[in-house]
Amino acid sequence: MKKNQRVILDSVHFDLIIKRLAHQLIENHSDSTSTVLLGLQPRGIYLAERLKEELLSINKKFKIELGALDITFYRDDFRRRDHPLIPSETNLDFIIEDKTVILIDDVLFTGRSIRAGLDAMLAFGRPKRVELLVLVNRRYERQLPIQAKYIGKNVHSVSSERVKVSWKQIDGEDKVILYTPANE
Amino acid sequence: MNKLSVNHLLGIKYLNKQDIELIFETASHFKNVINRPIKKVPSLRDLTIANLFFENSTRTKLSFELAEKRLSADIVNFASSSSSVTKGETLIDTVNNILSMKVDMVVMRHPNPGTAYFLSQHVNAKIINAGDGAHEHPTQALLDGFSIIEKHGSLKGKNIVIVGDILHSRVALSNIFLLQKMGANVKVCGPLTLIPKYITSLGVEVITDLKKALNWCDVAIMLRIQLERQDIKYFPSLREYTMLYGLDKQLLDSLKKKITIMHPGPINRGVEITSDVADSKQSVILEQVENGVAVRMAALYLLAGKID
Repeated sequence: MKKNQRVILDSVHFDLIIKRLAHQLIENHSDSTSTVLLGLQPRGIYLAERLKEELLSINKKFKIELGALDITFYRDDFRRRDHPLIPSETNLDFIIEDKTVILIDDVLFTGRSIRAGLDAMLAFGRPKRVELLVLVNRRYERQLPIQAKYIGKNVHSVSSERVKVSWKQIDGEDKVILYTPANE
Repeated sequence: MNKLSVNHLLGIKYLNKQDIELIFETASHFKNVINRPIKKVPSLRDLTIANLFFENSTRTKLSFELAEKRLSADIVNFASSSSSVTKGETLIDTVNNILSMKVDMVVMRHPNPGTAYFLSQHVNAKIINAGDGAHEHPTQALLDGFSIIEKHGSLKGKNIVIVGDILHSRVALSNIFLLQKMGANVKVCGPLTLIPKYITSLGVEVITDLKKALNWCDVAIMLRIQLERQDIKYFPSLREYTMLYGLDKQLLDSLKKKITIMHPGPINRGVEITSDVADSKQSVILEQVENGVAVRMAALYLLAGKID
């Protein structure tokens, strides 16, 4: 099937959004020792890394813990997919008990990954509070009652469309592309 | 490659190198999971697994049970000593009865070689072989390979010697298949009466001198003398076996390099290895047990992914 693609976020706006999200985080979390960042594998970790850098460049004293969380074994679609998913590394070498955890992912769509992320996170302890931060919030087709507190960009898309986030760190360029199946 | 090429885990013989690598990779993630405060993941919560043990086992049975529970599967256990098998029921009947209770996977140990394969041809469930006679014990070989990689970085080019009762050992055969598929060099060492006649056709060299064998290897897998499978006398006395093929601290310290000592258990202390060797820093026997749970979780998880 042929697909049309449209850049909905270029590197300039991308950068602005990361800066804004970082400022929002600092505004709400003045104490960096009681808040931790937790990026969801595989692609939420890039956003988490960038936010950590940005937070440090705003305030050198804002040294926040950063972890990566793999959710593969907690997904609810195991055995419902054609191919089992390959797990990624979980890297969480600090305590989340009684902390405020900022759960970070690149795209919020059905909400199921975040649901699995919440379960995976609870295996490490009971945080005081959990907040969700996403770069792209796909407004429609949510399947679970999950909403993000911090949103980079709202996108109005339907389920046949696909949103892909590219990262400078691994893909060479920051951008968000919306793929729409071509009408034929 | 994120799918096994097989539908059952009957033996290492049926796996390819990619399958083995996939199991190792998945196992390393599960090892991470079982070291968390909460060691359980919900992956297999909608599956039921039957553990059928027609032969005694402590480690393997516990290890499978723990692996299944940590994947949140429901399990039923069966031991032949307390079942209708003693009343004359056939294997197929026993298993079909258990399957009609809607079981999705079967983990089976049986004293007869080939039973796991036989079962896979006749029942509609995923089968994991937990040891069939003197044939194969695939999860043991997988956990041994995984433990060697953890200690030595890789299997490729490593020298591994298997010492002892090769003739009656399913662990030896599965290990030979696995280690060779992963590019390691394998030799066996033991009295000739306990070495199978056709072992050289697998490309495995036989050494009868233990010290020579240990000086060659990076890793030594010590096996137990399986007296319960020996219908005739294969060597004059256990004492003589220990003198020629037992590993003690003196011999270990006299070697040119520090080798790794492994043992699938149960250990007969003072026969194939002495206590000070089994408990020494060079021994990874308890690490093997820990890795066993992770490797079995990986095998169960990957096979469950193939259930329709």
